[in-house]
Amino acid sequence: MAKIIVITSGKGGVGKTTTSAAIAAGLAKRGFKTAVVDFDIGLRNLDLIMGCERRVVYDFINVIRGEANLKQALIKDKRIDNLFILPASQTRDKDALTKEGVDQVLQELQTEFDYIICDSPAGIERGAHLAMYFADVAIVVTNPEVSSVRDSDRMLGLLASKSRRAEQGLEPIKEHLLLTRYSLTRVQKGEMLGVDDILEILAIPLLGVIPESQAVLRASNAGVPITLLDELTDAGQAYLDSVARLLGEDIPHRFVKPEKKGFLSRLFKSREETIA
Amino acid sequence: MSIMDYIFRQRSKSTANIAKERLQIIVSHERSTRNGPDYLPMLREELIKVIAKYVDIDQDQVKVELERSGNCSILELNITLPDLVTTE
Ligand SMILES: Nc1ncnc2c1ncn2[C@@H]1O[C@H](COP(=O)(O)OP(=O)(O)OP(=O)(O)O)[C@@H](O)[C@H]1O
Ligand SMILES: [Mg+2]
Repeated sequence: MAKIIVITSGKGGVGKTTTSAAIAAGLAKRGFKTAVVDFDIGLRNLDLIMGCERRVVYDFINVIRGEANLKQALIKDKRIDNLFILPASQTRDKDALTKEGVDQVLQELQTEFDYIICDSPAGIERGAHLAMYFADVAIVVTNPEVSSVRDSDRMLGLLASKSRRAEQGLEPIKEHLLLTRYSLTRVQKGEMLGVDDILEILAIPLLGVIPESQAVLRASNAGVPITLLDELTDAGQAYLDSVARLLGEDIPHRFVKPEKKGFLSRLFKSREETIA
Repeated sequence: MSIMDYIFRQRSKSTANIAKERLQIIVSHERSTRNGPDYLPMLREELIKVIAKYVDIDQDQVKVELERSGNCSILELNITLPDLVTTE
């Protein structure tokens, strides 16, 4: 039966949708049949990041209301096998998403897929609550910045108390920290919280560190998950490593320590970074 | 890192360090109040209403806290009453 993974954060704009697309595509690349579900009802965006916005006919709410079946609403990715997306609805009706409806759709998906990735909206309202409620695994996306870290901690509290697993006294949701938009240069200057600082505060296992990268914008411009870009990018690589860790592989973290290099290349590297 | 950076760093705390300290304090405070039951704020409101029937109190003077000790919880009520003027 499929594992349900929620991509959550509390705070908005930290990279949940970018991460959902990257991880879903990464899992599909590994051969797992993966569905990525947009829970951001009213503010559908995953379709744009995945590049399938013009193929949306039916959505999540249509399926819940029985206006379409799951097969009609799921969009199959054209670039890679095994990858499907269930778009959010653009309705402004906040009550359209029901717990029973979500449960039913997830159960149906679970019989067909290996992984279900739930892209949570920001905040702690209904959409965010239902995105995490049925999860087996949570990836808490955090930026190295005070408000993001605080909101992540808040989210961890909710995962531990307001989820199905918590309410039914089952084994707790498995939590992972994904640190994104990380800038090693700024950490070294003492301008940005470092990985170790954040791990000390949040105290959950580290899935990966995604560097601040210009490639992320290029990928979203093109509607291609960063892990499917032809060019190999630092952020893409960091996401693929995170997928491998999610699958239980033990891989050293990149982009968290300065690379040991000779004096000359260090000189060039620092010049490169100032230009970037 | 230049020598200037190094000297400067010795003198003042980095902003990242300040951020970390502030986070440690607020996160530990929020964790301690987080697991309180949802009814706590409502309980507080109703208590204030009942007390206000008898005495004129300031909302801020009512503290309702739940403390956990071992396997039981203690509901602590702390109400500061204004100087009681005897009513005729
Ligand atoms: N590693 C990164 N480097 C640079 N920019 C990034 C990175 N990750 C995300 N971004 C940018 O941050 C912005 C927000 O990303 P995204 O939409 O994925 O966040 P979100 O958490 O889903 O937002 P919301 O809470 O609104 O749903 C986008 O412009 C995206 O391109
Ligand atoms: Mg989003």
